[in-house]
Amino acid sequence: MPWETIVKDTAPRVPPNLADYGREQRWFAWSNARGQLLGLPGGRGLNIAYEAVDRHVDHGHGAAVALRCVGRDERVTSVTYADLARRTARFANVLRALGVGRGDRVFTLLGRGPELFTVVLGTLKNTSVLCPLFPAFGPDPVRQRLRLGDARVLVTTAELYRRKVAPHRAELPGLEHVLVVREGAADLPGTHDCAALLAEVSDEFTIPPTSPEDMALLHFTSGTTATPKGAVHVHEAVVAHHVSAAYALDLHPGDVFWCTADPGWVTGMSYGIIAPLTHGLTVVVDEGDYDARRWYRILAEQRVTVWYTAPTALRMLMRTTPRRGTHDLPRQYDLSALRFIASVGEPLNPEAVVWGQEVLGLPVHDNWWQTETGAIMIANFAACEIRPGSMGRPLPGVTAAVLERGEDGRAKVTSDGHVHVLEEPDTEGELALRPGWPSMFRGYLHDKARYAEAFAGGWYLTGDVVRRDADGWYWFLGRADDVIKSAGHLVGPFEVESALMEHPAVAEAGVIGKPDPVAGTIIKAFVSLHPGHEPGPVLKRELIAFARRRLGPAVAPREITFDQHLPKTRSGKVMRRLLRARELGLPEGDTSTLEGPA
Amino acid sequence: MTYEQALDLVKTSLTRIVPDADFTALGPTDKFRDRLELDSLDFLQFVETLAELGGCRLDEDDYPRLVTLDGSARLVAERAV
Repeated sequence: MPWETIVKDTAPRVPPNLADYGREQRWFAWSNARGQLLGLPGGRGLNIAYEAVDRHVDHGHGAAVALRCVGRDERVTSVTYADLARRTARFANVLRALGVGRGDRVFTLLGRGPELFTVVLGTLKNTSVLCPLFPAFGPDPVRQRLRLGDARVLVTTAELYRRKVAPHRAELPGLEHVLVVREGAADLPGTHDCAALLAEVSDEFTIPPTSPEDMALLHFTSGTTATPKGAVHVHEAVVAHHVSAAYALDLHPGDVFWCTADPGWVTGMSYGIIAPLTHGLTVVVDEGDYDARRWYRILAEQRVTVWYTAPTALRMLMRTTPRRGTHDLPRQYDLSALRFIASVGEPLNPEAVVWGQEVLGLPVHDNWWQTETGAIMIANFAACEIRPGSMGRPLPGVTAAVLERGEDGRAKVTSDGHVHVLEEPDTEGELALRPGWPSMFRGYLHDKARYAEAFAGGWYLTGDVVRRDADGWYWFLGRADDVIKSAGHLVGPFEVESALMEHPAVAEAGVIGKPDPVAGTIIKAFVSLHPGHEPGPVLKRELIAFARRRLGPAVAPREITFDQHLPKTRSGKVMRRLLRARELGLPEGDTSTLEGPA
Repeated sequence: MTYEQALDLVKTSLTRIVPDADFTALGPTDKFRDRLELDSLDFLQFVETLAELGGCRLDEDDYPRLVTLDGSARLVAERAV
């Protein structure tokens, strides 16, 4: 069923930042955009934390509320920009006192809360590098990322440390300091009490000179075939964070902004922390878990004006309040402050866009980007019509293209290194971006080869398959590789397969994404067993428990099917593509590389 | 339904998601969502399974009670026939 285009009010209450898409596209230049930020005083460079915090204090806005933190018990505490400047200065001094300096990696394994902002921005002030981890990761992904990212410092809670780090601490000799926030450090050998360290140091700190090309952030993302990749971002990324938030999230002075993404993922960093603070706004920080009532209450009581969330969360709200119903639940809350809703993480189904319009009175604006791009690249804008189901159009300053694909599903590269740009509308191909925007990743840590593979013919290859319609709107069709987008998180099948194969019963595993009405996709594993092990419900439960313990709920498979004849290539690799085709009842395609009769 | 029966259903529902859930270490008034590391999808599945096994309706207004073994069991005992 085709969904009707949603047309916008021609005279909205708050005029959108991007009023005329075509004009903005022509006019925009990143070199001018840099002028929207100040740079460190005295021409000492560009530092994300200065733009996010100290700049506002230096300009007399220290009393403005930076954070409004909603505790698990729904008690609300406020942190002003001046408070945040002092707290982050203290944390930078703590790092300095520990001998942690420029380029050293500081990891967080923390939920949302005020401490997270102190640690992230304090680390950036100290010109150290911040790498956030997702608290729902199990011990295996945590250990692997700490090791791959050369963690010197980890900031976490006593509970998370005990469960996910302490058992493997001996395998992480490079991890010199573990700082525990909130209570419990006293009982944990080998850790520091973060609050005690903060209390000992000065609340003044001068940010050292920072080159825009200095490494600032490290974000791990999942690959198809090997270990996770650490995407490196630099301080200059803040230019893209700032500008993209103005265009794609329509942030205005005075806005109250709520990003529901977990800080362990790039969205929670770029838009949960950095971008809104560079605009001097009030950021709502919810420590609690998803709960429809709680969320409506926060939207209403905090007078949220701009809300950035994810398809899975929207679909959970839709289950509670279907379009065809009485909309009783949201009606109990005063959502009149809300002006703009955006979504990211996986494609937003058209029904969710329209649900927003019908149930909340505002359509949901889908946008697209990924860890490597560091900022929103393609979006539906406040002033522009929405074609439900489309990810929108490239932001000013972003050049996108659709590239012809080869046999392996990825962009086809000729022997002389060229790619073929598909100009014909509605042709399926791999989405590619012209490098040059400030938040583009500058490398995968310690992996030059994989970084080089991400580019061809002068384009960055995204791995996503799309089509562009005749008017320039992009439509997501799927992944060009085997990486799985589940509930807004990118999951690498290799990581899941490796964990399963550590179980003594498992001979081989193939992991795919299976469509799910709420999560978009769930993780499903096909498993073959060593001789002497019986497939059955008991073993299935054991494997699910085993995987959850190691990988955590976000990465572990939710479904397992036993199959002693997993389809494999002649070289012995499990063919996930074929497993997926079988699962979905799709044609199996070319099976000529398959081992033996299929 | 008795409280004991309802408590069994609560545990069964949780075990479907976390097959090795250790109920000896989980007190009746401990918040199980944190202790068993349930994410929001897990929680949704828990509520749906429990509603199905108990043969009763559970919705958003019930969530505040569905955070501990005791609270969940009481709710299901009241509502299920």
